[in-house]
Amino acid sequence: MVATLNVSIWRGGERGKFVSYEVPSRDDQTVLDVITHVQRHIDPTLTYRFACRVGMCGSCAMTVNGTPRWTCRTHVSRVTGTGRLEIAPLQNLKVLKDLCVDMTAFFDKWARAKGAFVATAEKGADFVRIKPDGRRRRQADAAIECIGCAVCYASCDVVTWNKDYLGPAALNRAWTLVNDDRDGGNKARLAAVAGDAGCHSCHSHQSCGELCPKHLNPTASIAGLKRATVLALLKGAL
Amino acid sequence: MSARVDTLLWLMQRASAMILGVAVAVHLGVIVRAVRGGVTAHEIIERLQGNTAWFAFYVVFAAAVAVHGSIGLRTVLREMTPLPTRLIDSVTVILVIVLISMGWRAVAGLYGFGT
Amino acid sequence: MRRGRLIAASRNHPTYWAFVVHRLSGVLLTLFLPAHFYVLSLAIRGEASLDGFLKWTDNPLVKAAETGLIILLAAHLTGGLRLLALEFLPWRDWQKSMVALSGGVSVAIGLLFLLNAF
Repeated sequence: MVATLNVSIWRGGERGKFVSYEVPSRDDQTVLDVITHVQRHIDPTLTYRFACRVGMCGSCAMTVNGTPRWTCRTHVSRVTGTGRLEIAPLQNLKVLKDLCVDMTAFFDKWARAKGAFVATAEKGADFVRIKPDGRRRRQADAAIECIGCAVCYASCDVVTWNKDYLGPAALNRAWTLVNDDRDGGNKARLAAVAGDAGCHSCHSHQSCGELCPKHLNPTASIAGLKRATVLALLKGAL
Repeated sequence: MSARVDTLLWLMQRASAMILGVAVAVHLGVIVRAVRGGVTAHEIIERLQGNTAWFAFYVVFAAAVAVHGSIGLRTVLREMTPLPTRLIDSVTVILVIVLISMGWRAVAGLYGFGT
Repeated sequence: MRRGRLIAASRNHPTYWAFVVHRLSGVLLTLFLPAHFYVLSLAIRGEASLDGFLKWTDNPLVKAAETGLIILLAAHLTGGLRLLALEFLPWRDWQKSMVALSGGVSVAIGLLFLLNAF
């Protein structure tokens, strides 16, 4: 007699409902294992994303019992305290189908925050010398490991309340570039991240930092942007 | 609102917050001391009448709280109500004016003008 | 509906609640302010007018409400100082403890008021 686990999975698009499935309960099972079992053995029409399945790519991010997490790194035993397992697509993003969301808005905001490197060096120019333990490099390094999984974006209340808000990931990336000695785009970048659509709408709830699977701290990065934009404003450079 | 104006509002919010950090601490101290044995108008007016230092303190305090509260409320309205931005901005301006007027009127009355 | 729960599990952590307290206290205090200024301006009409109002505040229910307001003000102040530190000073990892500290200090101030008021 195999023990079973009852799991509730969102089916449909923006409109839909939770559907219950019975899956075999196994030791060390992850939430991704459960979803995979449903799609392979119960309902092949279930749509979901994954890639590496070992906690490196961030593709499998979904809402598990109300919290956005990487499903490949979430052990079922850790989250079914109340005996329930409910899996839904990431919040704050449009649902395409079942557990897949449209990541376009997330990456568009990344671009709007000028989260792209702006080169300044001429071909053949000498390397820019950057000390690894310099203050700006350390600040950039603390934020650079983001892989764009959107867990922070999904957990951010301000993203929910303010549709123009660029969000923790985009602002965090902008901060790494603000601290990059080689980058030449800071005037436009600070203008892009200032204001109610940018860093000034962050209220430091810190759900982003609490939940980031890479233990990054977008709130700290955004605080840095607040200081940088205000300095620019006072110098007349914003 | 442009990014520059938003940034300026944010700065004013934080600057007034810093002023209030000191002013409110003083205010709480005054309240806790004054409430011993009951508060009377006489005690309040006695402390303030003709006292330039307290007058200056309360004028700055009232202005800071008017700015801080109004900008704060603007954020709350924008994030938590469906009201149009233009309306919210107008409400903010009106609120600052109303709060500063009421605050300064109270300070003036306690300091001794108009009586 | 996807957002089945009012407070999602992802929000159940100290800095989120600190935000809720800060926003709620800020809104309530802003709504209280006009009344506060109005009462104080009664002084323009002379001491008796303000005294008349102050006598009314001697009642215990009013004192309880005043204690509540003091706690709201102290909470908003301490929470605000925490935020100013977070935004203007280099990041410290013990930010979380500051939440607990602000909470404690606010309640302490409220109690101090209550003890002095009776």
